[in-house]
Amino acid sequence: MELSNMETSNLNELISAALKSRYADKFIGEEQQYDFTVYTLDKSVIIDALSFLKTDPEIACSFLTTLCGIHMPEQEGAEFGMMYQLQNMQKNVRIRVKIWMSKDNLHVPTATGLWPSANWMERQEYDFFGFKFDGHPDLKRILNMDEMNYFPMRKEYPLEDGSRDDKNDKMFGR
Amino acid sequence: MSDIKNIEATEVQKEYNILNLGPTHPATHGIFQNVLKMDGEIIMHAEPTIGYIHRAFEKLAEHRPYNQIAPITDRLNYCSSPINNMGWHMTVEKLIGCEVPKRADYMRVIIMELARISDHIICTTIIGQDTGATTGFLYFFQMREKVYEIYEEVCGARLTTNIGRVGGMERDFSKRAIDLLKKFLVEFPEYLKEFQSLIERNRIFMDRTINCGPITGERALAYGFTGPNLRAAGVDYDVRVANPYSRYQDFNFSIPIGTNGDTYDRFMVRIQEMWESISIIKQAFEGLPEGPIHADVPSFYLPEKQEVYSKMEALIYHFKIVMGETDIPKGEVYHSVEGGNGELGYYLISDGGRTPYRLHFRRPCFIYYQAYPEMITNGLLSDAILTMSSMNVIAGELDA
Repeated sequence: MELSNMETSNLNELISAALKSRYADKFIGEEQQYDFTVYTLDKSVIIDALSFLKTDPEIACSFLTTLCGIHMPEQEGAEFGMMYQLQNMQKNVRIRVKIWMSKDNLHVPTATGLWPSANWMERQEYDFFGFKFDGHPDLKRILNMDEMNYFPMRKEYPLEDGSRDDKNDKMFGR
Repeated sequence: MSDIKNIEATEVQKEYNILNLGPTHPATHGIFQNVLKMDGEIIMHAEPTIGYIHRAFEKLAEHRPYNQIAPITDRLNYCSSPINNMGWHMTVEKLIGCEVPKRADYMRVIIMELARISDHIICTTIIGQDTGATTGFLYFFQMREKVYEIYEEVCGARLTTNIGRVGGMERDFSKRAIDLLKKFLVEFPEYLKEFQSLIERNRIFMDRTINCGPITGERALAYGFTGPNLRAAGVDYDVRVANPYSRYQDFNFSIPIGTNGDTYDRFMVRIQEMWESISIIKQAFEGLPEGPIHADVPSFYLPEKQEVYSKMEALIYHFKIVMGETDIPKGEVYHSVEGGNGELGYYLISDGGRTPYRLHFRRPCFIYYQAYPEMITNGLLSDAILTMSSMNVIAGELDA
């Protein structure tokens, strides 16, 4: 099952070339983060790209390992990000695809049409960050209670209730 | 009167019952709620609700220094916490580029495989229990106690272990730990064999579990299954082989797989995995090299208490680690280990600060539990209970 590094890098080159030619200026960047190649794409092509990566017979990254949201409030105009991690189990290649979006428009097309496993993963990211997954069959909170009126994983929400004054976390908090 | 007129004489009136399975039902082994739409005893539709023990681990982790996150990971899959701990340590080691010495890696493998055994003991005996075979549960469960005694000797804790440290292990195996381990290697195969012969070919057990809650390999992959549940459906994906960590490539073991992905296959895969685990432990124990038990990373690995009191550098490093003042590289890293239930992944974004900027746990239970409604629909209620216990859904991991 173990494959040489050469085959892995070959597939990564193939993916990179295919995505570049397919999406031209919608292909924003590519970087190496430890053992993962990370491709950043424009939000408008994400589902097309995921579906291409999944179904292309050569690339065949058909397993959705995980997806998660990222909040970086200091990045003006691209405060929120989504990362998708795909895997080609036969060739043992893992890649990460990222999109960034402004805080005013948190609509992301859903990946549930490609993988049923995306259903709860997307619900979780809606629950914690407030991403609106367009076309999701059942977009509601999953781990938090339904009555909650904020998205707790956003950086502006403190870990603890802000009204408490009996705890001073100046030395220990972030 | 007009209502009665509207009903056509030929229409068969069918009534469904709504049944709340859970949240706190002893047969679900945890807090899981499923609202079932029942046609007699057949499940027509299921709607799971989760989150009853949600503890906001991802948020919590953004406020804690790196070495304080290991105790959080204990509480994910609490049936095999050492695997979670090691997964986290390895994630940080990958981020800081730290090479762990061979002895520490082998010690980790021993502990992780013990954890896998204890995890599988729980799952398999509970399948037995739910089919009415309490005997297995009572006898075989003693072996879990033996595993916990070894943990206790190695790290002082039993359930939420917080075992190992970033850079290696916190202490070497004591003489008693080695004695217990030797004893375990002799005793465990006997117990496992006894349990296996009690249940495996039992006609009642087989009739009860074969074709109960099956899933095809294709559907299992689409639902993001990993671990024993995926292997029971016939896909030989194992993180230990695909992306070896902690020198798993040094050991000789096979990946048991099933064919139907039903409860019987899930049971059998776990039984066979215990045989593989015990063989890995034997290999690691026999090949356990001499040498240091941790890497030379003074800014991450807590110094000996004795040295903290007597040496200046040790005191400085101790202070820096406890206060979280060590420099850490920026970057994002994903590391996954083969947990008791599947691929347990840590996705970590570091901005160079004292705490992770973002930490996402890929919890196998959370992802594959989505398939539960599909697996139990058109089946009997009693099969639904069995399907859940054979999937080994652990509430702590599910709800994070």
